[in-house]
Amino acid sequence: MDVSQYLEIFLDETKEHLQNLNTQILNLEADAENMDTVNEIFRAAHSLKGMAGTMGYKRMQNLTHDMENVFSEVRNGNIKVQPEMIDVLFQCLDALEEYTNNIQETADEGTNDNEPLIKQLNDILKGGAGKAAAAPAAAPAAPTAGAAAGSAGGDKKWNGIALDETQISVIEEAGKVGKKAYGLTVSVQESCILKAARAFLVFKAVEERGEIIISDPSAQDIEDEKFEKDFTLIVLSDAELDELIKAAANVSEIDNVVGDVLVLAETKNYHPAENAETTAVVEAPKAAAEEKKAQPAPAAKNNNDKKPAGGKPVVNRTVRVDIEKLDVLMNLVSELIIAKNSLVSASGQEQNTNAGFNEQIEYLESVTTNLHESVMKVRMVPIESVVSKFPRMIRDLSKNLNKKMELYMSGEETELDRTVVDEIGDPLMHLLRNSADHGLETDPELRVQRGKPEVGSIFLDAYQDGNNVVIEVRDDGNGIDVDAVRNKAIERGTITMEQAAGMSEKEIIDLLFLPSFSTAKKVTDVSGRGVGLDVVKSKIESLSGEVEVKSKLGEGSTWTIRLPLTLAIIQALMVVVGDEKYAIALGAIQGIEDIQISDIKLVENKEVINLRGTVIPVIRMRELLDIESSKADEENLVVVIVKKGDKQAGLVVDDLLGQQEIVIKSLGSYIKQCKFISGATILGDGEVALILDANALL
Amino acid sequence: MEQLEQLNAQNETVKSNPERKRPVEYFQYIVIRLGEEQYGVDIRYIDNIVRMQNITRVPKMPPYLKGVINLRGEVIPVVSIRLKMGLPADEYGRATRIIILKTEVSGNLGIVVDEVKEVVTLSDDNIEKVAHEAKDNRASFINGIGKNGGELISLLDLNSITLDENA
Repeated sequence: MDVSQYLEIFLDETKEHLQNLNTQILNLEADAENMDTVNEIFRAAHSLKGMAGTMGYKRMQNLTHDMENVFSEVRNGNIKVQPEMIDVLFQCLDALEEYTNNIQETADEGTNDNEPLIKQLNDILKGGAGKAAAAPAAAPAAPTAGAAAGSAGGDKKWNGIALDETQISVIEEAGKVGKKAYGLTVSVQESCILKAARAFLVFKAVEERGEIIISDPSAQDIEDEKFEKDFTLIVLSDAELDELIKAAANVSEIDNVVGDVLVLAETKNYHPAENAETTAVVEAPKAAAEEKKAQPAPAAKNNNDKKPAGGKPVVNRTVRVDIEKLDVLMNLVSELIIAKNSLVSASGQEQNTNAGFNEQIEYLESVTTNLHESVMKVRMVPIESVVSKFPRMIRDLSKNLNKKMELYMSGEETELDRTVVDEIGDPLMHLLRNSADHGLETDPELRVQRGKPEVGSIFLDAYQDGNNVVIEVRDDGNGIDVDAVRNKAIERGTITMEQAAGMSEKEIIDLLFLPSFSTAKKVTDVSGRGVGLDVVKSKIESLSGEVEVKSKLGEGSTWTIRLPLTLAIIQALMVVVGDEKYAIALGAIQGIEDIQISDIKLVENKEVINLRGTVIPVIRMRELLDIESSKADEENLVVVIVKKGDKQAGLVVDDLLGQQEIVIKSLGSYIKQCKFISGATILGDGEVALILDANALL
Repeated sequence: MEQLEQLNAQNETVKSNPERKRPVEYFQYIVIRLGEEQYGVDIRYIDNIVRMQNITRVPKMPPYLKGVINLRGEVIPVVSIRLKMGLPADEYGRATRIIILKTEVSGNLGIVVDEVKEVVTLSDDNIEKVAHEAKDNRASFINGIGKNGGELISLLDLNSITLDENA
């Protein structure tokens, strides 16, 4: 059986499960008694095992199988969660991740059997068994609690299905008109690949002869192949039991079909009728789920892992779409916007414009804007997928570095363009590691002396700010020692003594972003190889973002990453320089000023203006862009004030054309030297206009 | 593309070469004019031929890089091969065209030519390879000489034209 076509889905889902396991095991560490967490972990490990098995990754399957065993014992109360166990589990996850990475690269899981890990898992199991024997109180609890369900766990699985009142009454009614209720348990052959399809055929065959009241797992779950080997039906039918069994067994790849007449009195929810009522009153599904989980009996287990009733979060209805298809869609929308812009400019030229025409153009404009927004939204994903791996990382760092620290995150739901989200993980990881290693004080007493709690805090906050998304990594540690950085820079020859004397604190701190600049006194595996911050900076800049750091010695540092919400379409101000048109991103513009030429002063041979008390350097765009113009300087200059962080500059342009939505196009790889041009756009008349990168001008 | 087809058709009526479909031995070149000289451009590298249009200058670029144009929503850099080869600057006229080349390294790229004349099919025994040796600037842009009837056509080495010397 060729399963390679499922490889992508397998990888995607495995990664999701691993992430989920990571999060849940972290939760488990914090709250070892939480049965919901244990169940969730069990389910994830179980699905992983199943998937790895289907795909033929034996080693992965073995490892997950042993993990699953451990969880199953934990769930049954035979093993208590120990810190050492959590460590082993995390190592297992790392090993699984390694398998996954191998599979992704070579479609093969590799040859690492991870025997030590499996041994450790088995030791845990044995330890658990030993304890269970020593404390038999836990074990016997199981059979008693699940006595009723216990019998259902045998051949008559249908008796384990929780029927609600309507279903019970339907069965009772049917009994009165001579129909019989049967329970059927259908086992699918283990080698069967398309289990869902087989199950569907069984459903169809049975439905021809009767009515399916309920199935376990639910029909939806069966359709999604969320069952292991067998599923159970309760059927109302005029036909004889044998006929039904034959019909079901006739479907190929069905192993066997067990069936019997359903006796209502034996079913799970029948006799404790009052029980059903109480649960119905108190938050029905959830309470029911908990009730089930409280029975650590084997039969209850069957119910639990196959039918995660109320515990399972409602899954969003999603479709996986190839990002390239979205790119095509996006390009088409871009084209549409360009076409719309041409219409707008064409209508502007006609003097005798007719009202209907204008109306239609306005309509088109609103449609394209909406279309653009929705396409953008499709491309947006929450940064959660990236940041959710960080708590685990900080936990490991905390152990490695032997520092106590906690990570607090907020704004995980903040959305960014998919391409940006994919790229942002590494820089964030660098910054967090940096905070953990260099930021937080190594000596807890020093923290106490400074009036800070012993446990260091690292914060990761994300939020939207206008057309930008801001991600902040903050710690309450030592802060950046400006003097140490300055000395290091001089020592390394990065700057001279004289330069150092003239540099502001901020400029010194910015030196940290230079390649191979690390002030860590010794190299650790966490950080200190001096490859971190310059990589962070270049990565962020390649995403058209920027990174800034603010720090106070003794109080901590804040790293701020600012990223554009969208990379493709922006609002821009069109300006004229000489006879060329340029676009400036609206987000970078602070204001537009009319300046008298006499207001320009010279400071250190540079032209500046004094704008309401702030001295701002002036850049003459004609000179910068090498434009020769016959036009003499006028008395009044149009100055566009651009800002980046707290830096400002005034750009002298010849004229303003107004605001426009522009589609950013790359200039291609052939043109790369020009620093202050960030791209090009196509205007309504088909001409190309260049986009000025205000950030590069400052 | 339409123009190309027209040229193709013209070519066939003029010469009606029955064997032009055999790609192993025959190569097709578009003959262009730069000043008084004729050059051949390998047709496999040509994406499109468009009329001269307004080129948007990109500041701080070497003079041979004329700027960028909009080709059906795509921004494409345009190079003057005249300037690149050290010939006098282009004078745009009615016959001036921009040939859009497909390059592997730098994507699509336009070159300005004075005129597009015709498509010729040359068999490989009519093509003489030229080795790059001389320091002569212009020779290094040519990788062969083709004989088409009585005419000689210098075959442009597109790699050396599209290669960015500042890169």
